[in-house]
Amino acid sequence: MRTIEIKWFAAYREAAEVAAETVHTDAATAAELFAEMQRKHPALASFSAALLAINNEMADWNRPLQDGDEVLFFPPVAGG
Amino acid sequence: MSKSAISGSGTNGFWLADSAIDSAAFREHLGDESCGACVIFEGWVRNHNEGRSVLRLAYEAHAPMALKEGNIILQEAMQKFAITKAAAVHRQGELALTEAAVVVGVASAHRDAAFHACRYIIDEIKHRLPIWKKEYYADGTAEWVNCRQCGTSHAHGETHV
Repeated sequence: MRTIEIKWFAAYREAAEVAAETVHTDAATAAELFAEMQRKHPALASFSAALLAINNEMADWNRPLQDGDEVLFFPPVAGG
Repeated sequence: MSKSAISGSGTNGFWLADSAIDSAAFREHLGDESCGACVIFEGWVRNHNEGRSVLRLAYEAHAPMALKEGNIILQEAMQKFAITKAAAVHRQGELALTEAAVVVGVASAHRDAAFHACRYIIDEIKHRLPIWKKEYYADGTAEWVNCRQCGTSHAHGETHV
């Protein structure tokens, strides 16, 4: 089990109904963690995964998670 | 740029602004005696989107990464095009109609490079910056723009660390 800090932004935050949460998980990658969170927060199920950052650096969905990582899930961006 | 010019945070040419962008102060940041061209793009808040009447917008940014990625985009433009100066500022928080949501400025010796670099910067900002736009409509509803239809197809396939 790993302890992971998750932060949700914009539409994700409204769907999850929390801005941040600490989870204990067996998810090995960010992709697995997102799928697990979609089961925990059903309102997230309609969203496809977009971008993420781990410890404030843009990261790949298949990067292995380390205990203590902070994972930021970003909805598709819409600047400008 | 002086702190009085833009109320917000940022360094190295890219800023997040909490209140209206001072275009005159922004333009001063681009001035250079070697430059014969200056292209400035402003993205404004308009009153309609996809057939719906828009009353106002709100932008939410993840500031630490928006600032970092914004400066990376400016550096990329400096490397790709023959330009001398590049700067950009993006608003966050609540915006009214006609306000500038984003301003991009480029100065160069000749105009071609400035036009191309300005286009590059605004396109990359729209695709890569962790900033999200919520539209408030005349019918009383509000929605995060693009949040459902884009998915992974919208991702650039590039990561910048």
